[in-house]
Amino acid sequence: MEKIVLEGNIVVSGEAVGVALVANEPLSFWGGYDQKTGEIIDRRHILSGKIAKDKILAIPFTRGSSTTTAVLLDAIRAKTAPAAIITTDTDFFFALASIVADELFSSPLSLVTLNENDFAILKTDDEIQITNDGKVIISR
Amino acid sequence: MTLNLTEKDYAMLRGDEGAAKKIAMSIIVRMAEISNAENLLSIVGAHIDSTVYIGDAGLEFAEKLASLGAKVAVPTTLNVSGIDEHHWQEWAVSSEWANPAHRQMIAYQSMGTSPTWTCAPYQAPTKPAFGDQIAWGESNAIVFANSVIGARTERYPDLFDICCAITGRAPAMGLHLTENRAGQILFRLLNISTELQKNDVFYPVLGNLIGKLALDKIPVIDGLQIRPTDDQFKAFGAGAASSGGVALFHVVGITPEASTLEDAFHDNEPAQIIDVTMDMLRESRQALNHTNSSKLDMVAVGCPHLSLVEYKKLASLVKGKEKHPDVQFLITSNRAMTQLAQEAGILPLLKDFGVKITVDTCSLTSPMLPPEIKKMMTNSAKHSYYSPGLLGKDVAFGSLEDCVNSAVAGHIIQDESLWKK
Repeated sequence: MEKIVLEGNIVVSGEAVGVALVANEPLSFWGGYDQKTGEIIDRRHILSGKIAKDKILAIPFTRGSSTTTAVLLDAIRAKTAPAAIITTDTDFFFALASIVADELFSSPLSLVTLNENDFAILKTDDEIQITNDGKVIISR
Repeated sequence: MTLNLTEKDYAMLRGDEGAAKKIAMSIIVRMAEISNAENLLSIVGAHIDSTVYIGDAGLEFAEKLASLGAKVAVPTTLNVSGIDEHHWQEWAVSSEWANPAHRQMIAYQSMGTSPTWTCAPYQAPTKPAFGDQIAWGESNAIVFANSVIGARTERYPDLFDICCAITGRAPAMGLHLTENRAGQILFRLLNISTELQKNDVFYPVLGNLIGKLALDKIPVIDGLQIRPTDDQFKAFGAGAASSGGVALFHVVGITPEASTLEDAFHDNEPAQIIDVTMDMLRESRQALNHTNSSKLDMVAVGCPHLSLVEYKKLASLVKGKEKHPDVQFLITSNRAMTQLAQEAGILPLLKDFGVKITVDTCSLTSPMLPPEIKKMMTNSAKHSYYSPGLLGKDVAFGSLEDCVNSAVAGHIIQDESLWKK
């Protein structure tokens, strides 16, 4: 088994473990994520139909609706959110959902950024561990 | 980088000005730190997208703030909610949805806001002015405020907009700051006829294309021969903020921060130049269709909310025509524009044609459409972008004229003549 350790930047810290779901295409959670099931429902997106619940979701950034934050917050509460989200730059919409989840339910979502080269290493179905200090450890 | 706060910011953070401001300021400070902002700035207005009802979490947030006595510190308008407050029973909305959605409306209304219930707050006479620092949610409103008015807002999400409104403060970052408002990608319109540029249908198609290519960058459009109307800008921005994350665009010679190409780019070179051809536009138009038949159950217009001008245009198009009995025709708008349409005497004409009007919300934010509606048609790039995922319905795209003609014929009609050349 191959192991790769990437140095990520913490946006909201937290340990997480899960299987990777990766796309090099941005996503709006409103109209793109079903907070009841964790399914990606943007029918024009490459991950359409995939279940992101408990996965390590890696997308470069969000697009579209400002309701993305409310959808992610609801998913965190309903326990249908990804285990963590990796982006290429700090995503304000995801960060806010995580911080409000911390304020309301004391359950922030782990958020890490990777530079574009490191992000490109990620592959769907990689086993990923995110550490408290922002390391992204890939096993494949 | 450290965040510098004023004495008043600290007072709010400590809770000296009440528990609601304490939570709001705490969230703002944490987000400002994540965003590497150096300080906060004062805003003169806010538009709250948090009103969109998603589920228990957003409601809990709203009711928590309301129960702590939250009041807005600046003039604040409200975005669409999850129901048409007085008419939701006429649609397929369940009371399990309507009750919490209505509680969320009451919570935000209790904070001293204006209950505008619209995704198009820029239609109101109270819209912001050039250079105003504001905190707006709702992607189409954000891009309109920044680009067409020249007011300044970051691309704010739900839940944050209300924190800014309660405190009157926002992180000094992103599009609030002059240096971050320079264009990044130049889009040159090549051989696009003035006839097409004058037509409303051009703008959602162009917006969909530019959003997809620009993603989160600031596009600059060069080569428009005419000044688009506010409704055309609305359709363009809504499209670009759906297929991409566009929060600001410039149009050379037309929008307020782009009197010249050099102005638009703050005297820098574009990072990228893309020539927009008719082939690209035809492809973008095709991508707005998500259906494989000409069957039609409902036409939906007013995404973003129908303006008075659009009400009048629609009235003139349906005059003397008869809608096909198997096709429903839905207008989504706000109470203010619908009231003006009423005063202008055009609602009876529309109702004779068989139009139904929904206010406060829309078919994307309220589960109002019955399951037998499977095939929709719209003149909106935004509606077309989101309806397959949000509603699970097929959608066809056309001009307002196409929409009316299709509603009359009972099946989808799309005029190809403008797109052939």
